[in-house]
Amino acid sequence: MFSTRNFNRSKPVLFILILFPSLLWAYQFVTGNLGVNPIEKLMDELGLMALRLIIITLIISSLSNIKTLKSIVVLRRMIGLFAFYYVCLHFSTYIVLDHFLDIQFIIQDIIKRPFITFGFISFLFLIPLASTSTNNMIKQLGFKLWKKIHYLIYPVAILASMHFYVLVRADKTEPVIYMGIIILLLLHRIFKRLSRPQLAQ
Amino acid sequence: MKILGSEITPYKTYLNRRKFIKGSLASALLATVSSSAFANHDSDLSIYNKNLNENDKLNSYEEITTYNNFYEFGTHKKHPHLNSGNFQPRPWSIKIDGLVKKPQTFDLEKILSNVTIEDRVYRLRCVEAWSMVIPWQGFQLSELIKMAEPLSSAKFVQFVTVFRPEEMPGQQKRTIIWPYREGLRMDEAMNPLTILATGLYGHEMPNQNGAPIRLVVPWKYGFKSIKSIVEIRFLDTQPETSWETLAPWEYGFYANVNPNVNHPRWSQGTERRIGEFKRRETLMFNGYEEEVAHLYKDLDLTKFY
Repeated sequence: MFSTRNFNRSKPVLFILILFPSLLWAYQFVTGNLGVNPIEKLMDELGLMALRLIIITLIISSLSNIKTLKSIVVLRRMIGLFAFYYVCLHFSTYIVLDHFLDIQFIIQDIIKRPFITFGFISFLFLIPLASTSTNNMIKQLGFKLWKKIHYLIYPVAILASMHFYVLVRADKTEPVIYMGIIILLLLHRIFKRLSRPQLAQ
Repeated sequence: MKILGSEITPYKTYLNRRKFIKGSLASALLATVSSSAFANHDSDLSIYNKNLNENDKLNSYEEITTYNNFYEFGTHKKHPHLNSGNFQPRPWSIKIDGLVKKPQTFDLEKILSNVTIEDRVYRLRCVEAWSMVIPWQGFQLSELIKMAEPLSSAKFVQFVTVFRPEEMPGQQKRTIIWPYREGLRMDEAMNPLTILATGLYGHEMPNQNGAPIRLVVPWKYGFKSIKSIVEIRFLDTQPETSWETLAPWEYGFYANVNPNVNHPRWSQGTERRIGEFKRRETLMFNGYEEEVAHLYKDLDLTKFY
């Protein structure tokens, strides 16, 4: 049995591990070591990292149903917030480095290109999740309402994986794997609710 | 950002194109005395710079050879550079068939002994909204078409890339329906800008750039410039092309660079020139409007994109 304490103790290490890639890419970007098209590379890496972290939060939710791993849920908030951190970096790379704050162009891009639309909505849905992540907010909202808001993570994950799927030109294996995982986890969640209707009330 | 301007000289070890073209005693002699002379050819950019527009700057050898779309070697842009080491571009021949006087197979050496290799510095604009400036060596496609003697009924030219999954790991996966196919209208193929390239920066064509011989059509998106060509077919109807077959709502047969016709995934109004920080405006026909606009005067370019 892993205790809450076990997981809490791993937090500082996890924190550094998840933060590290962003520092590395920033360093590589500044020193000109991010390849031939560094802006594209930076944007891809940040976005992929964000999507993977979102999926990890979903996996944590499902794993926490296993008795011995129940306490793993204490890691979820940190990883979720890191997902938001990477999405913000990804989005600001797009706005600042890729399009140089050409707001009019960016608005057109968001409206006209489905893959950017998906990504943008996914980002918007993440904002309420990140901003209600403190203990205080949980208390203020009440756990039930808080939980309802946080179901937004499913549309966030699905839209983010679609954003990736549409972007890929030919070999869609990786985005399809991510979508598959998300759908399985969502089905697991639905199945769990349906099988215990009295708890859902 | 690091601008890689000095990366050209370390590639002396590459065989020089001249040796490849002549393949004779004379070239063997030349090769022994030439390594330093040709290194000069490579490091002295003035011979290419005189073909440059004032707004353009050559991309480095490293940029041109490590950032490629060549799905035969993998779908990531670094894959062609990393995965093309086992590809054998020699010996090579091109099969000529379809509506020609006599279908035949030309040895590449034979083709090269009948043409004049020249320097052509072209902008390359990828449909993914990035671009480069590349100093190619090659010859006009029209020269090969003359050798092929097409019938007057031939209105289109189709090109086919080699299929060698054992040497091209990307072909082991069905990302595209292999072999890769492309096509041009006859007048596009005969246009003096259209070349078959056999080298870049004075080196033989690197594997990742389409060794040993590839098409370069500078006013069209990069995917039209098919690589490692083994077959050229003359037809009276418009041929199917690979990307159009895969996603017809995204890629058309013509694929002319056009800032006014957007792609569902990329706005085509601007582009990132590799090595530059800010995007630039994309030019109509990639800046070759004067040379090619007349080809399309009766065509609705929003419909035939």
